[in-house]
Amino acid sequence: MSGIEETVESVQVNEGKEFDVEVEEHIEDEFAVDPTRYIFYRDRKEWADLEPVPQDDGPNPVVKIAYSEKFSDVYDYFRALLKNDEKTERAFALTADAIDLNAANYTVWHYRRVLLQALSKDLKEEMKYITNIIEEQPKNYQVWHHRRMVVEWLNDPSEELRFIADILSQDAKNYHAWQHRQWVIQEYKLWDNELEFVENLLEEDVRNNSAWNQRHFVISHTTGFSDPAVVEREIQYCLNQIRKAPHNESAWNYLKGMLQDRGLSSQPGLLERVLELKETHCSPYLLAFLFDCYEDALENITQKEKVEEEEQKETLRKALEICRLLAQEKDTIRKEYWEFLGRSLRNKYGNGALSDEPMAENPEPSISASQSQEAS
Amino acid sequence: LNRNCLDASRPWLCFWILHSLELLQEPIPAAVASDVCQFLARCQSPTGGFAGGPGQHAHLAPTYAAVNALCIIGTDEAYNVIDREKLLDFLWSVKQPDGSFVMHVGGEVDVRSAYCAASVASLTNILTPKLFENTTNWILSCQNWEGGLSGVPGLEAHGGYTFCGTAALVILGKEHMLDLKALLRWVVSRQMRFEGGFQGRCNKLVDGCYSFWQAGLLPLLHRALYKEGESELSQQRWMFEQQALQEYILLCCQNPTGGLLDKPGKSRDFYHTCYCLSGLSIAQHFGNMDNHYEVILGKEENRLAPTHPVYNICPEKVAQALQHFLRMPVPEIHFRSNKRGRSVK
Repeated sequence: MSGIEETVESVQVNEGKEFDVEVEEHIEDEFAVDPTRYIFYRDRKEWADLEPVPQDDGPNPVVKIAYSEKFSDVYDYFRALLKNDEKTERAFALTADAIDLNAANYTVWHYRRVLLQALSKDLKEEMKYITNIIEEQPKNYQVWHHRRMVVEWLNDPSEELRFIADILSQDAKNYHAWQHRQWVIQEYKLWDNELEFVENLLEEDVRNNSAWNQRHFVISHTTGFSDPAVVEREIQYCLNQIRKAPHNESAWNYLKGMLQDRGLSSQPGLLERVLELKETHCSPYLLAFLFDCYEDALENITQKEKVEEEEQKETLRKALEICRLLAQEKDTIRKEYWEFLGRSLRNKYGNGALSDEPMAENPEPSISASQSQEAS
Repeated sequence: LNRNCLDASRPWLCFWILHSLELLQEPIPAAVASDVCQFLARCQSPTGGFAGGPGQHAHLAPTYAAVNALCIIGTDEAYNVIDREKLLDFLWSVKQPDGSFVMHVGGEVDVRSAYCAASVASLTNILTPKLFENTTNWILSCQNWEGGLSGVPGLEAHGGYTFCGTAALVILGKEHMLDLKALLRWVVSRQMRFEGGFQGRCNKLVDGCYSFWQAGLLPLLHRALYKEGESELSQQRWMFEQQALQEYILLCCQNPTGGLLDKPGKSRDFYHTCYCLSGLSIAQHFGNMDNHYEVILGKEENRLAPTHPVYNICPEKVAQALQHFLRMPVPEIHFRSNKRGRSVK
């Protein structure tokens, strides 16, 4: 890119697809005005008392947006309302037009909320309004925040779970939708049916990581993960899903995430079950999980008094072998990482007795922290 | 292409474009720089902070973008645009008792706000421990079972939010309080083995912008682990496949008429241009001034300027801004605003 013009080019607006009639067409017959015809605010009699405020971009504007006439007109009047702090019905109506033109204008949304309160507007109507807007623009921050405010004011979450379910049926991973859902559930204690909801979503798409997250959310806030019956049930659930879809990272992450606080090796029989799966349902995720089990075992072995040195060496050997396998064959995109983990593990648990270990595959000398230079 | 949707994000446009130019080592003409300064001055709110456009309310995201853009310009005119006292007032006005920040008065909370606040406060030397009281713990509560961070506690780990939370903690000097190993595992797992680029969340699609949000975490983690005494860190490479990321960006994310994008089939925009280039820079440059390794895919002309992994502007501009503002005293709080923006002494 070079040159001033290209550097700060205006962005073209192409707005021409709506119902609003262009300026070129005239009202031929004063007695038969089409009521759906759009009239600029500057031409509306009921707005004649208000002086529009043009945008103050300054004498040499940059990052100019090529607004349509409609956009400029609406926002010139919005700025006028803001300047006068006008709190009227007509102001409220204008915010809808302003939002329609740019639903990301958080200043307009804030003003609309001020008006909702000042004019004691019907919040149930507002719920209908915001429902429609979100359906049209579900990936916008402002619309969801606005809905949350209205729900709070009404103290009525009764429509929320169904509404969010509908949005999720169109995009099962919409982050704003999940955020709103978690807020509603926590705020109004609507936990009862959520695990079932999650299971249905996972039935539809077992790879939906948002649903796995919600599963974790529900359980950690209800039964918790301390109850051994719950943990066993969840392990069972994970392994079943893994059998159905072995290369599903979400299921493996959930299994690890659930157990990591207590330590993967604390769950008796789990390692064996995973080793069984390795034969028929192997994946880089399974191997990584095995590595994590071995690492956790090493972590705990060294804390026990009776340490079978052979056992420890064997566990370390198996862990390092997985690192090598992942780095060189099964998960090469993460080669740098797996080699680092191997070096770290060897450094932490290895000792001079490991003479039959091949030298570290990586070409780099490892250095101690005191010798190395500042890395950033 | 209708750009009305960016009418409340114009400082972002300034940042995305200026940062792209600085990565491409294209000089900014003095007249343009001055015009940007004057425009951003008009985006500054009388009560402090910057808004998405003239006459709008202040918001942490355009505040972050405006301060970064001004630091890229780096002239005295640029630095002088920022009203530091008012900026501090604005940050106080959006601070919440639980340590989080709302994005704007009457707005939503998520971890982006902590990053935006920490970034501008540190660059302009208005940061005090009191301002970020409880913020560390709030950010830490965003690290979830996956190892990454979510936008608010409880949600799914996500690249953009993970970057914001981690970078904020680095600024606050508290990154060691994260489970760094779990975070490292999460982020390296986000690189797609076929595409080479990064996904934003587990089991979702690749997107060029995560070249920065995700890959940018590796330099942060490298340094954090180093500070924790990790002795086995590479001295030449970040812990992601640098070449593969460069391949994805250069081969899949370029528009033949200029600009970069999410993935093939998508249209270009300044946001993706900025973050694809930022990610490309991260993938090309390991280390710092003293210990610097480069991996340049393709011709030498593909080399971009290095970018600072915390602020995402060039390291020289960070240093210059810090030097400039550290000469000034930290402003005292004029008044403390409660949530509704009213002042309370």
